[in-house]
Amino acid sequence: MTFTAPDIDYAGLSPVIALTAGACIVLVVSLIAPGRWTSTLLSLATLAAAAGLCIWQWGKSEDLVAGALRLDDLGLAVSLIAIAAAAFVMPLTLREPAARRAGHGDFQALVLGSTLGMVLLAQAQNLVALFVALELLSVPLYVLCGSSLTRQQSLEAGLKYLIVGSLGSATLLYGLAFIYGASGSTDFAGIRDGIGSLSDDPLVLIGIGLAATGLAFKVSLAPFHQWTPDVYQGAPTPVTAFMAVATKAAAFCVFVRFFEVALGPSVSDWDGPLAILAVVSIAVGNIGALGQDSVKRLLGYSGIAQAGYMLTGIVVASEFGVKALVFYLAAYALMNLPAFAVVAIRERETGYGDDIRALQGIGRDRPELAWPITISMLALAGLPGTAGFIGKLFLIEAAVDGDYTWLGVAIAIGTMVSLAYYLRIVAAVWMRAGDEPVAAPGLPAMAGGSPEADVEAGSSPGAGVTPGRDPAGEPSGGRCPVVLVPTALAAAATVVFGIIPSPLVDWASNAGTALFIGLS
Amino acid sequence: MIQVMLWFPVAVGLLCFVVPRRGVRILPVAGTLFVLVLAIVLVAGFDAGVTGLQHPVDESWIPDLGVRYQLGVDGISIFLVLLTALLWAAATLFSAFRPPERPRLYFFMLGLAETATLGAFLAQDLLLFVLFFDLMLVPFYFLIGAWGSGDRIAATTKMIVYTLVGSLLMLVAAIATAILASDQVGELSFSLSDLRANVLGEGSQDWIFWFFAAAFLVKMPAFLVHGWMPDAYRAAPLPVLALLSGVLAKVGAYGFLRIVLPLYPDAALQFQDVVLAIAVASILYGSIMAFTQTNVRLVAGFSSVAQLGFITLGIFSLRPDGADGAVLQMVNHGLVVAPVFLIIALLAERSGTEDLREMGGMATRAPVLAAMFLIVTLALLAMPGSANFIGEFFILNGTFQAKIGFAIVAIVGAALAAFYAIRLYQRTMHNRLPDGVESREISVPDSLAVAPLVACIVALALYPGLILHRGEASVDLSLAAVCEGGTYYNSSGNRYTIIFFDCPGPEQPVAQR
Repeated sequence: MTFTAPDIDYAGLSPVIALTAGACIVLVVSLIAPGRWTSTLLSLATLAAAAGLCIWQWGKSEDLVAGALRLDDLGLAVSLIAIAAAAFVMPLTLREPAARRAGHGDFQALVLGSTLGMVLLAQAQNLVALFVALELLSVPLYVLCGSSLTRQQSLEAGLKYLIVGSLGSATLLYGLAFIYGASGSTDFAGIRDGIGSLSDDPLVLIGIGLAATGLAFKVSLAPFHQWTPDVYQGAPTPVTAFMAVATKAAAFCVFVRFFEVALGPSVSDWDGPLAILAVVSIAVGNIGALGQDSVKRLLGYSGIAQAGYMLTGIVVASEFGVKALVFYLAAYALMNLPAFAVVAIRERETGYGDDIRALQGIGRDRPELAWPITISMLALAGLPGTAGFIGKLFLIEAAVDGDYTWLGVAIAIGTMVSLAYYLRIVAAVWMRAGDEPVAAPGLPAMAGGSPEADVEAGSSPGAGVTPGRDPAGEPSGGRCPVVLVPTALAAAATVVFGIIPSPLVDWASNAGTALFIGLS
Repeated sequence: MIQVMLWFPVAVGLLCFVVPRRGVRILPVAGTLFVLVLAIVLVAGFDAGVTGLQHPVDESWIPDLGVRYQLGVDGISIFLVLLTALLWAAATLFSAFRPPERPRLYFFMLGLAETATLGAFLAQDLLLFVLFFDLMLVPFYFLIGAWGSGDRIAATTKMIVYTLVGSLLMLVAAIATAILASDQVGELSFSLSDLRANVLGEGSQDWIFWFFAAAFLVKMPAFLVHGWMPDAYRAAPLPVLALLSGVLAKVGAYGFLRIVLPLYPDAALQFQDVVLAIAVASILYGSIMAFTQTNVRLVAGFSSVAQLGFITLGIFSLRPDGADGAVLQMVNHGLVVAPVFLIIALLAERSGTEDLREMGGMATRAPVLAAMFLIVTLALLAMPGSANFIGEFFILNGTFQAKIGFAIVAIVGAALAAFYAIRLYQRTMHNRLPDGVESREISVPDSLAVAPLVACIVALALYPGLILHRGEASVDLSLAAVCEGGTYYNSSGNRYTIIFFDCPGPEQPVAQR
């Protein structure tokens, strides 16, 4: 018996190959020549290569690896978002205490591994590939979340993410099994043909419900969101930034591909429930964020609300919706990353951790940090002149176009509520003096205030900390151009795409159209 | 030219970040004066005989979403543009002589605010209008929050949340309008002229009308949705407040004329009584509150509520004379309320308080200041002979012919204006000079900011036709759809040919001006 290996399109797989090789190289080199600059530069080179290869493949539309992966503009667009997010956080890990302890090479190799999972997930069009990619994405993140070993919160975050994430994966897997049982196929196209005639089949309905639940865990939609604020707050800030932006992009990509392609014929079964999920997320996220003092926690809740907005793009089940979703994912990355970068810098400079007090008065002293986070907040709030406004406009237009006007109204109402907390941060940055209400010694100044954290801080909060150096005396990197320049660039891009959105809109439109090529 | 005018202020604002410290005060003043000159040139070159847009700009912006970059001026917006340029020049000048902390940021925000406001008046694409309308909030948030007094952060957050409640719903409504219209035509477009040609069916107009009305009424602010006003007015720096009350409030009224009446005529007719009732309630409530407040800012603030009530009344008389009066009154009120706030700033500097009960006698050694304030006050109470009187007369005339009941109640409000305006003047200027209050003449730099505004009030009193004459053609166009008979098209189907003489009104409008 002869065995013919499947024909492999190496060009199409090249971004995946580049990331795999890069992750291995970073890991090995860090054993031989440990040094944070070496591994950071290698990681950045890997990501640059992968991004370049993605751009090279742009416009192609074909199946890879016997139909397990789909190379199209949607997958490539989301891969680019994930790669860009990874590249953004690499400089942030340079002076991250957790990365120092874990070893920069190991830390960054894990980020690269997770990015690889995201690229695969964005292109997956087979149930098995979907699940494998999802695990490849998640497992490194479980480790990264818990990597700040001296902080109880980080350990808690790692464990919590592991348990909840595994539960989500299990639910998803269970759902996928049902769908396979009903349709007899693991390929998205095969499922589409298989369930076309049995949309009211209980097997399919259960499968859809469980799969949606599993994916909702990953994109942190309410009511499957409980892990989000804790994990966001506990994880080292560069990891949070990466997780918030890249995981969301990749998970939403597979969400939309799975639902529009594989489950497209039974759209009437899932669009209503998903719309309800969206509204619940918008409500829970926005209300939950209101009272938060921890900026990372606040951004976690805001991420839940934003996931609700983005789900609209899937609910309407139209090309317009997918375009709006892709645009919003890109805008979301641009708006969130600067905010996390500023939080990361300030938590190393002040003793306040990620508390909102760490941001007070930076409008006066540190305009190079104040502007990016201000633009981020205004963009997340959807104010005009930023990419956030165009993104909301796009989503609401898709909602109204798909006869979901009430969902558009829900987005508008959610946005109003969200202003209350986004503007709180802006007010802290510009309108309060730096040393206004200093915490009394008894209060937990590090957010959450675990004893280890205070030991690590090594000094009483806010006092005796030289600006520009972290509490341990190391340079905090707060004035380091490799951190500040990408932050400024992302913030500038947020504004530029708010004023001249056409390039990004065209890019998202290409990606959205690609999903529907070949679908009847 | 209108492109230059639109973007120049924000460009100057950005320049403020790089010029040396001394230039930070001169540059924005020069910038706003240049914009003022452009606005005057625009008015001088305005052709009153043309109904449609002048200086149109029409370029593709986000083709996938159907949004175009369309600008233009017509008889309704031209004087509001001039008003904007004038008040910004005055407020910038006034601020430049009292340099605030962090002047670069302050003048950048002022510039951004001017661009956004001009944009709202110039935009001819529904979505562009919404964009500029929302954008106006951002600089004012910073201006009040960072340079205000008292509980400024809470006040400014409240203001933003209140106003955005309206304007985000307006965004949804705008999108719904375009998409529903595109169902008829097939092509998605937010262009006002396209939308005017495809007015929506009656059923969907209703909720869209209220989403827009909510945004505009909050902005004014009207009675029931004025909750943000007292706090924000107490906290805002006074030059900023002059702009907030003088110009921003008008954007709401302008939105009714520009967008609501032409695009949602059936709903406007249907809810005419409701809006008129809100307007009359605003007049009465604002007047009574203005009479009872002791904080000078709030006296002026609630008087604005009442005045904006009059403007709404005129617009929703749904008659050309009422709306003409409303357009005139928008400019009048802006011209009057801005110097009131600037003079309040001067008074507060001299007396160290903003409480009416602790002021007085300011006129003893400041005759020029007192004279200017007297002119402004008389205009505020719509003394016969002032342009405000003519504006109010037109408004009431229109309302009388449309809905006599509302007009009779509104006249009470016109009388009440005399009470609060004269009280404001007497309590500050007359009586004995209290201890610790210094009566000092207005300085030359300050009068540079205030005197031109007073001069404009006088000039407009002498020749109100300047505005009425140029405004009427555009007002007729705006009102064409609501003039009782519904919508009228010419044969090509995209422009109204009706002028108001065809309105089946009870008789000819009062003035063959």
